[in-house]
Amino acid sequence: MKNMKFFTEGLIRSNPTFVLVLGTCPTLAVTTAAINGIGMGAATTFVLVCSNLLIAALKNFIPDKVRIAAFILIIASFVTVVDLVMKAFTPDLYNTLGIFIPLIVVNCIILGRAEAFAQKNKVLPAILDGLGMGIGFTLAITLLASIRELLGNGSIFDIKLVGDNVSTILLFILPPGAFITYGYLIAIMNRLKSRFSS
Amino acid sequence: MEYVNIIILALLVNNVVLAQFLGICPFLGVSGKVSTSLGMGAAVVFVMALANLVTYLIQNYMLVPLKVEFMQTITFILVIAFLVQVVEIILKKSAPSLYQALGIYLPLITTNCAVLGIAILAIQKEYSLVESVVYSSATAVGFTFALILMAGIREQLELLDMPKGMKGFPLTLIIAGLLSMAFMGFAGLV
Repeated sequence: MKNMKFFTEGLIRSNPTFVLVLGTCPTLAVTTAAINGIGMGAATTFVLVCSNLLIAALKNFIPDKVRIAAFILIIASFVTVVDLVMKAFTPDLYNTLGIFIPLIVVNCIILGRAEAFAQKNKVLPAILDGLGMGIGFTLAITLLASIRELLGNGSIFDIKLVGDNVSTILLFILPPGAFITYGYLIAIMNRLKSRFSS
Repeated sequence: MEYVNIIILALLVNNVVLAQFLGICPFLGVSGKVSTSLGMGAAVVFVMALANLVTYLIQNYMLVPLKVEFMQTITFILVIAFLVQVVEIILKKSAPSLYQALGIYLPLITTNCAVLGIAILAIQKEYSLVESVVYSSATAVGFTFALILMAGIREQLELLDMPKGMKGFPLTLIIAGLLSMAFMGFAGLV
C-alpha cells in the first residue's frame, strides 16, 4: 500500500508539468497535436523508468563526486535507445518530434528524479516513482496538446470535431498559443488547488 | 550576406526561446531581474559559441570517420558538461572578476537545453565551422535579448495587484506568449 503512494505522487500532487513546472521545453514545443503529446510522453516515461531503475540499482557503486556525470551518462544511453527505436518504427512521429527526442537528455524531470528520489531509494519505489511521474507528464502534455489541437485545428487525435465551414483559431498551434494555453492551465490548477486545500 | 541572413534568422525570426522553445527553464527561472539576466546571457553566449566550435570538430573529425554518429547525444552532452567545468576552472584562476559576475550561472548552463539543441541543429543544418559559430553566437544573443525583455516587463509587474492564481509562472507564460506573438512579426524580414 505504501508503494502506491510513490506512484500517485507524480500523477497529481507533484505533477511535473502543472505543479513542479519542470521539462517545460518539450511541453511547449511538441504539443501542437494530441498524438505528439502521447508520443513524447511515452518516450520520456520509458527513459525515466529505466534511468530510475538503473540508478537505484547502482546507487552504492556510483561515487558521490561524479554522480551527476554518471546519471547523465545513464540517461543519455537510454535516450539513444529511444531515438534509434523511434527512428526505425515510428518515422513520422520521429520527424515531428525532431530535435526534442535527443533533448530528453536535458529534460530536468529525469535528472531531478534521479537526484531527488532514485539515488536515495530501493529499486521498486524508484520504478513506481518513474512511472507515476512519467504518466503524470504524459497526461498533462496530452491535455495541453488536445486543447491546442481543438482550438487551432478543430480536431483531437486527428478526429474532426467541428464543421468544415467553422474557422479555427490558428494562433493556438503557433508558438504564442503554447505559452498562453500552458499559462492559463497552470492558473486553473492553482485555483483548484487553493479551493480544495481550504 | 549569408552570415547576415543566419544572424537575422537566429536572432529574431527563429528566436531560440520564443519560436523554438529551447532554454525555457532559465528563461522562466532567471528572468526576475535585468541585472541577473544580463549575467546569465553573457555566460550562455560564451558557452554556446565554444560548445558549437568543439561539437563541430568532434562530429566531423571523430564521429563521422569512425561511423558512430548514433553516439552524438551521449558525446555532445558529456562534452558540454566538461566544457562548462573547464570554463569555470579557467575563469576562476585567470579572470576572478569575470568569474564573480558569471560564476553562479555557469553550472546552470549544463542543463540548458538550448546549448545541446543548437549544437545538434547546427550539425543537422550542415553549417560550416564559421557558420556554426556565427549561428550559435547569434542564437545566444537572441536568448539574452528575450531574457532581458522579459526581465524588464517582470520588474514592472511586481508593482501590480494580481489575482493570486495568476502570480508567478502563469503570468510569465502568458506574457511570453504575447512577446512570441510580437516576434512573429519579424517573419517577413528574411
